[in-house]
Amino acid sequence: MSLTDRVLGDRQRLAYIASQAADARLNVELETEGMTLNIGPQHPATHGTLRIIARLDGEQVVWAEPSCGYMHRGYEKLAEVRTYPQVTTLVNRIDWLGSFANEVPFILAAEKLMEVEAPPRAQHIRTILFELSRIANVSLFLGDLGVQMGAITPVFFAFRDREYVLNLIEGATGGRFHPNFDRIGGLKDDLPKGWIAETKAVMKKLRTFCDQIEDLLFGNEIFQSRTRGIGVIPKDIALQFGLSGANLRASGVDWDLRRDHPLPMAWNKADWKVWTHPDGDSFARCWVRLQETREATKIVDQLLDTIPSGPIMAKVPKIIKVPEGEAWVSTENPLGEMGYYVVSRGELGPFRVKIRSASFNNISVAPWALRGVYVPDIITILASLYFILGDIDR
Amino acid sequence: MMSVLAVEVPYWGQSLLRVLGGIVAVLLPAGTIVYVFLFKMMSFMQSRLGPMEAGPYGSLQLVAEVGKWLQKEDIIPERADARIFKMAPVVVLVSTFLLIAVVPFGPDAWFTNFEVGIFYALAVSSLSVLGILMAGWASANKYSLLGGLRAAGQLIAYELPMVLAVIGVVIQAGTMNLQQIVVAQNSGSIFGFDGLGNPYILTQFVGFVVFMIAIQAELTQAPFDMPIAESELVSGYMTEYSGFRFLIFFIGEFATAGVFSLLTSVLFLGGWGVPFAWFGWSDVDSVANWMNVAGPIIMITKMMLIAFIIMWVRFSSPRFREDQLQRFAWKVLIPVSLGNIALTSIFKVVM
Repeated sequence: MSLTDRVLGDRQRLAYIASQAADARLNVELETEGMTLNIGPQHPATHGTLRIIARLDGEQVVWAEPSCGYMHRGYEKLAEVRTYPQVTTLVNRIDWLGSFANEVPFILAAEKLMEVEAPPRAQHIRTILFELSRIANVSLFLGDLGVQMGAITPVFFAFRDREYVLNLIEGATGGRFHPNFDRIGGLKDDLPKGWIAETKAVMKKLRTFCDQIEDLLFGNEIFQSRTRGIGVIPKDIALQFGLSGANLRASGVDWDLRRDHPLPMAWNKADWKVWTHPDGDSFARCWVRLQETREATKIVDQLLDTIPSGPIMAKVPKIIKVPEGEAWVSTENPLGEMGYYVVSRGELGPFRVKIRSASFNNISVAPWALRGVYVPDIITILASLYFILGDIDR
Repeated sequence: MMSVLAVEVPYWGQSLLRVLGGIVAVLLPAGTIVYVFLFKMMSFMQSRLGPMEAGPYGSLQLVAEVGKWLQKEDIIPERADARIFKMAPVVVLVSTFLLIAVVPFGPDAWFTNFEVGIFYALAVSSLSVLGILMAGWASANKYSLLGGLRAAGQLIAYELPMVLAVIGVVIQAGTMNLQQIVVAQNSGSIFGFDGLGNPYILTQFVGFVVFMIAIQAELTQAPFDMPIAESELVSGYMTEYSGFRFLIFFIGEFATAGVFSLLTSVLFLGGWGVPFAWFGWSDVDSVANWMNVAGPIIMITKMMLIAFIIMWVRFSSPRFREDQLQRFAWKVLIPVSLGNIALTSIFKVVM
């Protein structure tokens, strides 16, 4: 007690006493003081500004809670004062690692309200770019996974091979990070010459990269001991917390919007598989994502072979006015289900946009999953849940 | 009495000169070479070029980095225990420099020649725990505290397999003197076959592996880098250090890696002897003088080899969790090294 008296000021001492009262249950058996550890907002593991308040007993977590909002940029509100074509610029920046995938559901929602549909060629190219941004996103996850566990080599491999994908996206759209390429009724441009052959070569490289990561990380005994059986989220809990994407599939729920939800996109024209894992632990989540990257390369390969010819833009007016109505469209984004609820009053811009981003729901399971684990496992569980800060705070 | 520039130098002065000369002549160039070598090596592993700007091919990177750190502000947190905080990095570095004192580089190229050299080396190496614990506690930072406590638990746990692995060597050599261990390895024979000499990596392979794992933990390198654990504890016990004091920790880290590599090559790779050739010398005193020049070169080569392995493991494996690490030490390494001691003793008596 003498140490805390010396170190803390009056105001803090009150807070300290309050926290001591909360610890009373803990301290019945052993006279140990709990410790509150603020992980973040500035912390190497949160890759952004997520703050996790963890109450520790030694190295064991008594409870932990993510505190988000440090990067709130108000995109829902900003969208209300933008015209429809301008909103894609905003939503690009939600999940900044797979930004093209953010544009698609919004555009689809606007198209649904306007009752237009993109021509088949545009749908195909959209799907290809969507899967490319998935690869760009998840390949960084696979590299980052190592860093969170102390192996720094995989991240360099990930950045190296992600670069090829970014080059492709840049080649097609002109923007590496924020393409802003999707238009209501189609796409801004057609594919450049030679892009298809190049993409095929890159997909081969990406499959090699997946094999490398599997060798380097997934086969590693230390990696397995750090992830297997850690942070288990059972099926019912995953459903209750509204997890989506790979996190849900890793808990054994066979659910993929790309397959289950008919949209004017080209996923049903390719032959691919939805991977699930029965375990629901950190390893399962990582493994499902690895398999998804492989599937994505396959989807891209197949769709490249079957791109139909034709226009890339449907007949839409120069000045876009969306008729009155409400629409909800969600797609299977790299991080999980991402949806836009667009309310239109027949004006140039949306009246209200509600963005359902995957990471916000995925991170909400953290207090449940983090109870009773050790401090190092906080990091691995959060890493395997895989969130992008922009996607949490929007 | 030795005279330097016509000034009589007392014995303690000679020792001091030897140590200072050794640091300047051996440790600094060796440190620079090893540092650049390791940085380049790890960069190539990670498919990048590494330092390229400072000096030709990035060879002066260490100088550049020291210069950079020296310019930085020396920050001491307000609530830190300032005296202990300042002392901690020095303690860590001193333990490294005390360690180098017993490493023999040639028949006469040594700083001190203890009868109980290896015993001293292991004792001194555990001094660094003290420095790390001091740093962790004095920083008044929760991450530092966790890091310091982890380090203390880890270093103490891995001290034991390390000592037990060395006991095998000591039994086989019949001496604790590092110089004698080198001679015993180079002039020895394996089961009567003396074409190779007997570098103990061949007969004490289990001990070698245990020792390598233990020094990996002792150096707090991945997969045993929980005390630093940059993704969890920011930088562990070093979190609050900046500028010059961080530099000392940083040098300490690489220097300790180098010194432990030297120690490993003395214990298991035949030290300063030319591999698989001893030229029929009978003991240390009859070794030809040119070994004093060749010895350090051979030692540094072997040290780079060992440091390469240490860094290779470091840059390719994820880290353990604290409890897994302790379990590994107590349930795997210690029984294995005890078994190794038993086997060595039996062979020693029987042969």
